[in-house]
Amino acid sequence: MTHKQEPIAGTKGDVASHDQTKSWFYTDIVKEHFFHPKNFMENDADETHYNAIGKVGSPACGDELRVWMKVNPETEKIEEFKWKTFGCGSAIASTSMASVIVTENDGMTLNEARKLKPQDIMERLGGLPQRKFHCSVLCDKALRDAINDFYRRVEKFDKIVVESSRIIDPVSKVTDHDIEEAVLEGAHTLELVQQKTKVGIGNPNCLPAVEELIRFYKEKYFGAA
Amino acid sequence: MLDIYLDHAATTPLDPRVLEVMLPYLEDKYGNPSSFHSRGKVATDALREARSSMANLLHVRPDEILFTSGGTESDNLAILGYARMNKQFGMHIITTSFEHHAVLEACIRLEKKEGFRVTYLKPSKEGMIDPKQIEEVLTEDTILVSVMYANNEVGTIQPIVEIGNIIQKYREEKKLPHLMFHTDACQAAAYLDMNVEKLHVDMLTMNGPKIYGPKGTGLLYVKRGIKLEPLMFGGAQERGIRPGTEDVAGIIGFAKAFELVQAERVEETARLMPLRDKLINGILSIVPRTRINGDRVNRLPNNVNASFIDIEGEALLLYLDAAGIYASTGSACTSASLDPSHVILALGFPYEVAHGSMRFSLGHSTTEEDIDYVLKTLPPLVQTLRSISPVSVDEKYWQ
Repeated sequence: MTHKQEPIAGTKGDVASHDQTKSWFYTDIVKEHFFHPKNFMENDADETHYNAIGKVGSPACGDELRVWMKVNPETEKIEEFKWKTFGCGSAIASTSMASVIVTENDGMTLNEARKLKPQDIMERLGGLPQRKFHCSVLCDKALRDAINDFYRRVEKFDKIVVESSRIIDPVSKVTDHDIEEAVLEGAHTLELVQQKTKVGIGNPNCLPAVEELIRFYKEKYFGAA
Repeated sequence: MLDIYLDHAATTPLDPRVLEVMLPYLEDKYGNPSSFHSRGKVATDALREARSSMANLLHVRPDEILFTSGGTESDNLAILGYARMNKQFGMHIITTSFEHHAVLEACIRLEKKEGFRVTYLKPSKEGMIDPKQIEEVLTEDTILVSVMYANNEVGTIQPIVEIGNIIQKYREEKKLPHLMFHTDACQAAAYLDMNVEKLHVDMLTMNGPKIYGPKGTGLLYVKRGIKLEPLMFGGAQERGIRPGTEDVAGIIGFAKAFELVQAERVEETARLMPLRDKLINGILSIVPRTRINGDRVNRLPNNVNASFIDIEGEALLLYLDAAGIYASTGSACTSASLDPSHVILALGFPYEVAHGSMRFSLGHSTTEEDIDYVLKTLPPLVQTLRSISPVSVDEKYWQ
């Protein structure tokens, strides 16, 4: 029996899961949230108690997040935010920190919560190793999913923001989302993004747009160069 | 705080008896073996002695040993060096999908960039290669077969002798003198029979840092007559196949370490096996929703690999770390690609199972108290992470 395995790119080294550059030098705040997570859903959720539910990821890709929110329908403030996470230390700490941020000082309004950016969570955590940035992006996405769920339930459909992706390279079918993911995973140059996504390899016309997007996402997630 | 090191498969501490024989060569016996003066001769003599001690233990000739910088270089040299030098005889290579990356990535390189055809044999769910699988895929175009002696993640011991016999028979029947068999024996060297005459291998990789020797040391046994294309170019050291001034202190330590582990392997195996089984049985009986990865019988005496379903390995690793237990995870969550253990995936389990896999590898320092402490500490940590986790993987995927 032969088994043709897909090339196993990007998985070098022994079993150790050390971050090659910075090891896991998590800050004390990250450790606090990782070892003593706040606001997680301890038992099975009583879903009638919450009026907004969000979900992102799957265990197959290494992270799955679910969030349950109780939103005041009058003020649209987040009164409760509970979560469950399957994921690494950064994913658990980011979700825990997000739950604190959106509920502290009487709670954020959904409008404010929607403006919460992954780097706001990271900043409050005192930083994350670069390769872990995508973990804080995930909980940001779960939060947005829950916000849309709330508006869907109260039938304020105009307030629902669907983040659709846009095809940048019709040949390789690479979308702006794919480029965003690549940048988040550390591909900060056109060459590296191309290695990951194959964008523009059969269609160099799209490359200026790709470069612009790389600059945009780099600035969005990693600050101005 | 307790300090329980259960990551000996990643690397072992230096045996003090090894350090002792190395020190003179780090201090005043600093000569270069290529120098023609007395200081050079001291180094040359020591190097010759280390090489011949290694050769005796492996039952090979001293000139069949190439010292390298470690397991990765030896694997690369065996695969790339042999394939590139012998491609006129064939362009097909057979290996397995759960080899160490030093073998896999070299094969992928040959496949993607240099026109070779590579067959990746899939191990069974228990992490074993059946020699018959090799027989089925050997062709007259095959020049190299590489199967590891023992797997680094799940610790399963492969039937190297049987595979070697099959290859030898095929070589003679089909008159294919250039068909060779390589094995990566890095994980095996401290516990298994390393008599190359019995193993029927033509090339063998081993290294120092898995056998209580120094880091940065390794060797490739290359049967006399086999030609390899070098990966590096320079002086005439190691017959010009591996140029560069020899790490004399390192090689002396490496040889001493190999001598010690081979002398003590039977006794150490007898000591570790019950501890290994205590940990395995303990995990299975006190932590629900857990599986042991890898065959229970054909297994290194120091390897325990468990998947804790519904949680992610890195999170558990850090919880254990905070409790003073140092283990290892197959899930490379920190790597940009998010790919979990390729070994657990190769055994045919889904990503969820691979993400929750954890390796505990025992060694010299491991005591029964250590195992008791792990068994006491582990269940509540797993319980905590499961209470945070939204996932409940169906039993049919991991049983």
